[in-house]
Amino acid sequence: MPEFEVWNEQRGNEVIAAFVQEEGAALPMLHALQQTFGYIPRAAVPMVASALNVSRAEVHGIVSFYHDFREAPPGTHVLKLCRAEACQSMGGDAIATAAIAELQIGWSETTPDGRITLEPVFCLGLCACAPAAMLDDKVVGALDTARLSALLENVRQA
Amino acid sequence: MRPRIYLSRDAGSLALGADEVETAILAAGRQRGLDIEIVHTGSRGLFWLEPMIEVPTSAGRIAYGPVRATDVGAMFDAGLLDGGPHASRLGRPEEIPFLKRQTRLTFARCGIVDRLSLDDYRAHGGFRGLEQAIAIGPEATVETIVESGLRGRGGAGFPTGIKWRTVAQASAARKYIVCNADEGDSGTFADRMIMEGDPFVLIEGMTIAGLAVGADKGFVYIRSEYPHAIDVLARAIAIARRANCLGKGVLGSRYDFDLEIRVGAGAYVCGEETSLLESIEGKRGVVRAKPPLPAHKGLFGLPTAVNNLVSLASVPVILADGAAAYRDLGLGRSRGTMPIQLAGNVRHRGLFEAAFGMTLGELVDDIGAGTASGRPIRAVQVGGPLGAYFPRALFDTPFDYEAFAARNGLIGHGGVVVFDDTVDMARQARFAMEFCAIESCGKCTPCRIGSTRGVEVIDRILRGEKRAENHALLTDLCETMRLGSLCALGGFVPYPVTSSLTYFPEDFGLPAPFASAAD
Repeated sequence: MPEFEVWNEQRGNEVIAAFVQEEGAALPMLHALQQTFGYIPRAAVPMVASALNVSRAEVHGIVSFYHDFREAPPGTHVLKLCRAEACQSMGGDAIATAAIAELQIGWSETTPDGRITLEPVFCLGLCACAPAAMLDDKVVGALDTARLSALLENVRQA
Repeated sequence: MRPRIYLSRDAGSLALGADEVETAILAAGRQRGLDIEIVHTGSRGLFWLEPMIEVPTSAGRIAYGPVRATDVGAMFDAGLLDGGPHASRLGRPEEIPFLKRQTRLTFARCGIVDRLSLDDYRAHGGFRGLEQAIAIGPEATVETIVESGLRGRGGAGFPTGIKWRTVAQASAARKYIVCNADEGDSGTFADRMIMEGDPFVLIEGMTIAGLAVGADKGFVYIRSEYPHAIDVLARAIAIARRANCLGKGVLGSRYDFDLEIRVGAGAYVCGEETSLLESIEGKRGVVRAKPPLPAHKGLFGLPTAVNNLVSLASVPVILADGAAAYRDLGLGRSRGTMPIQLAGNVRHRGLFEAAFGMTLGELVDDIGAGTASGRPIRAVQVGGPLGAYFPRALFDTPFDYEAFAARNGLIGHGGVVVFDDTVDMARQARFAMEFCAIESCGKCTPCRIGSTRGVEVIDRILRGEKRAENHALLTDLCETMRLGSLCALGGFVPYPVTSSLTYFPEDFGLPAPFASAAD
């Protein structure tokens, strides 16, 4: 389970400063911010813009272009369910329906208790182990609804 | 010597429980007073048998799989370390038909070697290609790749050697090698398996590319959905640097080359080469118009060879064994081998490297042994989300760039996704358009607007609104997207849509010209 820091400007500046010298620093910088805080805090956008000498709009454009970057903190755990064709062929849609029913949230939403965020992903490269998912940094293959329930139960109790 | 067990830590193996098996092996060893050495390999690519382990015996390695953590104690009791009996015993892996029928060149070491041991890499033929390239020099290296007939394994199929020659002939203060490891196509995992199972072959291939075109810096752009691959490759790069296989004067030669990993951020379109370059430069992954070609004006405006990971990983064996050995395999203009990935609802799921030319039917019926569900195969999508859905009537298509193109399909990066007869092809067609709408970079109108309109038109057909008119409209829209889009995303998404319409019209409530009278 990833542990995120609460946003503070000084820590944000440190993270940003570590990448200023890199060629094409924007993505590494944004990844580092998200790894530190769990999302890209709105307050970080002008700081990144100034570090990269680009406009705030440009940074907002980058953040919103890439599906990975969140603009709000995720739940304690993130469950990514693969929605792509190989997983579809093995019943991935039924897994997704079951997850939505069990968690009672939609895609990219977090349960009201803040425990679980459900995200769609288009391929984890586990197409020979479908249906596949990733819970935090653990990959799971050959998923069925019983295994999904067990995974979610574990997370709820942890 | 410590008793040794080889265990795959490929993400696919981990997803099926390899970690739990490793813990059980170590615990069972401790209980028996044995200090077991676990060697972490990649996967052999037989995923229906993962988690798979292998033990060295006097008769060669003996494989077991799928191994359950709860079976490990009993396996030890039955003499696992000497290749003893168990229900999961597979015998010598090389004799398993799925492996025996392959021609493993690019994947020769994957699943066999300790993935992070340079000694093991060398002992299994590693660096022979780079040593050859150093010996013959840049021009002869480029010509060897030209002669081998190697073409881009990302799907476009452009001759790798010609691309290298273009970059080599460009004069600039700096040039780059970029490895496209943004393997976003569903049904593909070959890049991931190389990075997790034989990362040094990619490092060697990129170093050869750098030497050949005169670049001393390479970037590997890996999708963020591959955290295990990123981790293993990063460790391999650090090991290679310490051993002077990267850096100043690689392997004691006069050539410098170093590598950096860049991680994507969940945008499918960044697998398109110009969008990928924009992304490395730190911008939105918006496709560039060509020309200029990346070979002339690529990363940071400098000459850049952008190659697929499998293309680059195939370079060392071509240099080591010569262009002719590679060129002699294959069919027509598709030379050498292709790692074909059998995925989805297929019994024998995994990576099958073979010379071009096997038919789709041989691959899914024979090698793949039919569906995992046991139901009849209805459709096979080859080449990822932009690939056509082929019905059984097209199973005689040989696996070859031109043969698939001639039937309005594509081989793409070699992904083959099998669907049984429960599939709703109208839903698959709708998904293709929906996926394109989600992933479009937005630069060109046919892709940006067309994909959303495509979803709407399919919905109208499915609701039964003016079916014939909307069918005509959808066909027209597909034609516009195919001809008018800037890159392969909008340009190829018509393939899954029109193939579904052509071969499975009944799923759309349309007349079924292909159905027999008895249906």
